[in-house]
Amino acid sequence: MTDQKQAADFNEDEKKIIEDMITGDPEDMTIFGVSRRQFLKQLAVITGGFAAAQYIGPDELFAAPSVLAPGTIPINSIENGVNASFNVNGAPVALEVDSRMTLLDSLREKLQLTGTKKGCDHGQCGACTVIIDGNRVLSCLTLTACCQGKNVTTIEGLAKNNQLHPMQTAFIKHDGFQCGYCTPGQICSAVALMDEAKKGEASYLTENIREKPVSVQLSDDEIRERMSGNICRCGAYPNIIAAIKEVHSGKEAAQNWQFA
Amino acid sequence: MRPFKFSTTADSNEVSKILIANPHARLLGGGTNLLDLMKEDVERPTELVEVGNIDVMKIVSPASATGSVVIPAVEKNARTANDPAIRENFPMLSQAILSGASAQIRNMATNGGNLNQRTRCTYFYDVAMPCNKREPGSGCGAMKGLNRMHAIFGWSDKCVAVHPSDMCVALAALDAVVKVQGANGKQRSIPFTAYHRLPGDQPQKDNTLQPGELITAIEIPRNNFAENSYYLKVRDRASYAFALISVAAAMELKNNKIVRVSIAMGGVAHKPWRASVAEKYLLHKEATEANFKIAAANEMKLAKPLEHNLYKVELGRKALVRALMQAANGGKTI
Repeated sequence: MTDQKQAADFNEDEKKIIEDMITGDPEDMTIFGVSRRQFLKQLAVITGGFAAAQYIGPDELFAAPSVLAPGTIPINSIENGVNASFNVNGAPVALEVDSRMTLLDSLREKLQLTGTKKGCDHGQCGACTVIIDGNRVLSCLTLTACCQGKNVTTIEGLAKNNQLHPMQTAFIKHDGFQCGYCTPGQICSAVALMDEAKKGEASYLTENIREKPVSVQLSDDEIRERMSGNICRCGAYPNIIAAIKEVHSGKEAAQNWQFA
Repeated sequence: MRPFKFSTTADSNEVSKILIANPHARLLGGGTNLLDLMKEDVERPTELVEVGNIDVMKIVSPASATGSVVIPAVEKNARTANDPAIRENFPMLSQAILSGASAQIRNMATNGGNLNQRTRCTYFYDVAMPCNKREPGSGCGAMKGLNRMHAIFGWSDKCVAVHPSDMCVALAALDAVVKVQGANGKQRSIPFTAYHRLPGDQPQKDNTLQPGELITAIEIPRNNFAENSYYLKVRDRASYAFALISVAAAMELKNNKIVRVSIAMGGVAHKPWRASVAEKYLLHKEATEANFKIAAANEMKLAKPLEHNLYKVELGRKALVRALMQAANGGKTI
């Protein structure tokens, strides 16, 4: 146990890598209050794609943002076109889309917010999880047309003022991923779970279900049950649970890995 | 996905008119099943009407004098499961809802939509396969195919699919009532066990809704089951899987004597299956493991398993006993 690091004990090299990746450049143009470069860096941290961030420039990864103002495309040019105005990560968006377009496709293809991932596209894997009006939902089974007036939070909207969300920090610290593809969904899901637990929401494992809802302390089994909608093909579950547990309990736990 | 017109309205009469005028129009609740089926080309609606704004589907009624609780059709499953009144008075309903799907899906799915979800029979889902439910007259792929997940009660030679809902199994045991509204605002109430139907010669019909009718709410009458009830779900993995077998068991005890009992099973039939043979045996008897075993064996004697689901007969028997034991034990794990 002696060589296990305590708490957020990143060494100087680790700190530099992480700090460097979340430092924004004020010259950058912004998407929803987050600069594109900063967003990319955050995404890289979020998904563990360190190498990608080093070798591929933002412009090669992302097309210029093409948020279309209402009226850019005449509505009658799309069969069954619909208008939807809603907030994404605090910024208002107004889209004209094909009625068939899911929120997932609108986020990725129209708003260039590619942090939200398309896994199965059938509501079975949880990779596309976003938070709408405080609730975690699947963006692949949500029509954009149904988002009128709602507040959508994606993985890009969790970090604030150059600070990662505590859940993002904990996922990095506890190595809660391998390939990183399910990670944005895992993190959005886990962030919403923290609120559910605070409100005392029950799960199938709750024994005293008849009692008045009070803030619940989640066991490992409870975290597994409540996160079962997020599949990790790499099997990083023990580390995901460690990350969630640390944020949920507020007690710092030992990091069980380090750079070689 | 095929093209469809998307509309939203608050006027339920308008919705009924749309549903009557266009048999290919569908109501869109959470979309957790319908959108998936549209992506699979199983459902091919030409018009979707969003239910979120429909006036009569979101009325929250105050607790009635009789103590019944009414849950609105558009309320989300997660909200219903965590409603303090439901948790306290009908804990088995909360457990059933929470055993189904995932947290994300329960946050999206509506109560009305839960009742109207389609079977997850793989032959129904695969448009390259025959399926009388999807395409009447094309045959049943599951009958002589892989039918491990399929029915052991009430199936016909046209369809062996099972209803996928957990929530509905609890509602069947709780003698809930489905409130519907049709053209010109005409309302009627359907006892829960009469809402879904067995496949017979028309497996394409899952329920007894008439054209133009929509579910407005579900009413759960008061009962004294809260102390002694439990929803047991047995599945291939610990969470986020459909039931192989599930049991909603509820009883009212007086000095350990069963004065009222209600049992329903999931994963065994085209609709939630009331275990009336077991109920009949247990009424006025002592709540003992020996009696539960006899009741369960009597019920499962009526099972007609298919080629690959013989296991469900023994599993069903054991699940009935375990659910009844846990219900008798105050809902606590034995």
